[in-house]
Amino acid sequence: MTNTLHRYSEHYASAAPRHPKAIRDDYIVFAMASRGINDDNLVEKHRTFLRLALKHQPVNIGDATKGGSVRPRQDLNPSAHWRRDHQLDHEQVIAEIEGHTTVAAVFDNYTAVENFIEELQAADLGISINISAPIDEAKRCCDDAGIVRHSVEYSVGFSGRVDKLPDATTLELSTMCGHGMIAANFAKKMLDWVREDRRTPEEAARYMARFCSCGVFNIVRAERIMKRACNRK
Amino acid sequence: MKIDPDKCVACGNCVPICPMGAIAIEPAIGRAVIDSDECVECFTCYRGMSKEHLNPRMVRAVRRVAKLFRFRFDPEPDICPTDAIVPQELAWPRIVRRAFSDPQVPHESTGIHGRGTAEVKTNDVTQRVKDGEAGFVVEFGRPGVGARFGDIQRVTTALAQLGVEFEKNNPVAALMSDRSHGLIREDILKEKILSAIVEIKAPIERVPAVLQKIKDLAGDVDTVISVGVSTRCDAAGNDVLGEMLKQEGYPAYRGKTNLGLGRGNVAENSQNAEASK
Repeated sequence: MTNTLHRYSEHYASAAPRHPKAIRDDYIVFAMASRGINDDNLVEKHRTFLRLALKHQPVNIGDATKGGSVRPRQDLNPSAHWRRDHQLDHEQVIAEIEGHTTVAAVFDNYTAVENFIEELQAADLGISINISAPIDEAKRCCDDAGIVRHSVEYSVGFSGRVDKLPDATTLELSTMCGHGMIAANFAKKMLDWVREDRRTPEEAARYMARFCSCGVFNIVRAERIMKRACNRK
Repeated sequence: MKIDPDKCVACGNCVPICPMGAIAIEPAIGRAVIDSDECVECFTCYRGMSKEHLNPRMVRAVRRVAKLFRFRFDPEPDICPTDAIVPQELAWPRIVRRAFSDPQVPHESTGIHGRGTAEVKTNDVTQRVKDGEAGFVVEFGRPGVGARFGDIQRVTTALAQLGVEFEKNNPVAALMSDRSHGLIREDILKEKILSAIVEIKAPIERVPAVLQKIKDLAGDVDTVISVGVSTRCDAAGNDVLGEMLKQEGYPAYRGKTNLGLGRGNVAENSQNAEASK
């Protein structure tokens, strides 16, 4: 799985600017175990991971088999069109963990990640923990926490029929679900709706987040991208 | 996936939802339809949309009245009002579409959800990528383009000629009829999927050559390819790969960092204990 590896930013544009703007609001920390090796009492380990994450105000959390903090509902009635519940439900994610999965927490600032990593180190869960972020930021976090990095994986970008890809803003939004569950056409539609003042960036970000089936969609970054693209404050 | 014409009210909400653009409103029948050759069975429409279970006749009547007066109803964009999207039983070879497109279906070959293995994410425990090695994740069809196995095979056969090692537990490798030559089962070559990951390993000094080969081959396929490269850090937590990639002109900005907090690898634990004496 590489569901958080290739999140698009201008660093990966085919004609990247000389000094692309650093991404400072998109950090994912995730945990997974290896079958038969360190998966004893796994549900509790995953729940502990997410409970520790909640202390640092993540913008989303998720379980790869069930979804994130905002999910589709099967039991809506027509009042939803006027009074839609957009609240994030972190407790549902924690309660529904059943076993082998990847659990993730998404943060919009470095301090939260650093504090979370320090707590994880002290908790000593014994399962694999990864940071998916700009590599230098992740290294800084490890150095600050006194952790020696074990392995790294770099995204080196896209090749082939890149002419089939949508525009950069749409890609920034749609690649925040690396599994491809957020269609480029839907991201474009949400941008149009914000531009036409039919929905707020906050609402549009949550519509998209519901399609991300592992909860790694960064709702705050999505709001920022749409505000920038649509000249909203 | 199918859309039940008795239930569909042609609201159009599902049209932009489809990652492959396989859903459209058919004007002749006034219903949404799915192009089954383009549909990759990702279940995004079925699972991702919320549902209201309204009576289709009632919804059509309301829509007709609104249309008559040219009212623009502004409904929630992620709801199927009548629960009209219906999954179908999938048979071979179409079933591979879902296995590679719906991340909530675990692969039999890996036991994990998603399209590849755990690769470097559990490397602190599995030691899959060892000192001096580089692991490559070559993903076809991502982001949002989709790929057919015929295109993937074009690349895997060329990579096999380079002498790289395919990860044996990878779902694509499990569908190869001849791994040493990178050949994929003939009966699935026309199947379209949202994305598939090919995982290979090579000595770290061969990273530039392998990446160049992938870049060259990318021009021959009708899809987009995303590439990740991984390596093991040294005892001080440094890696040579980042600098190597920058020198070769690759962006190498974003990535995953395994913190080494996992336990369970007996061999490495005893090595660490020996080293700390």
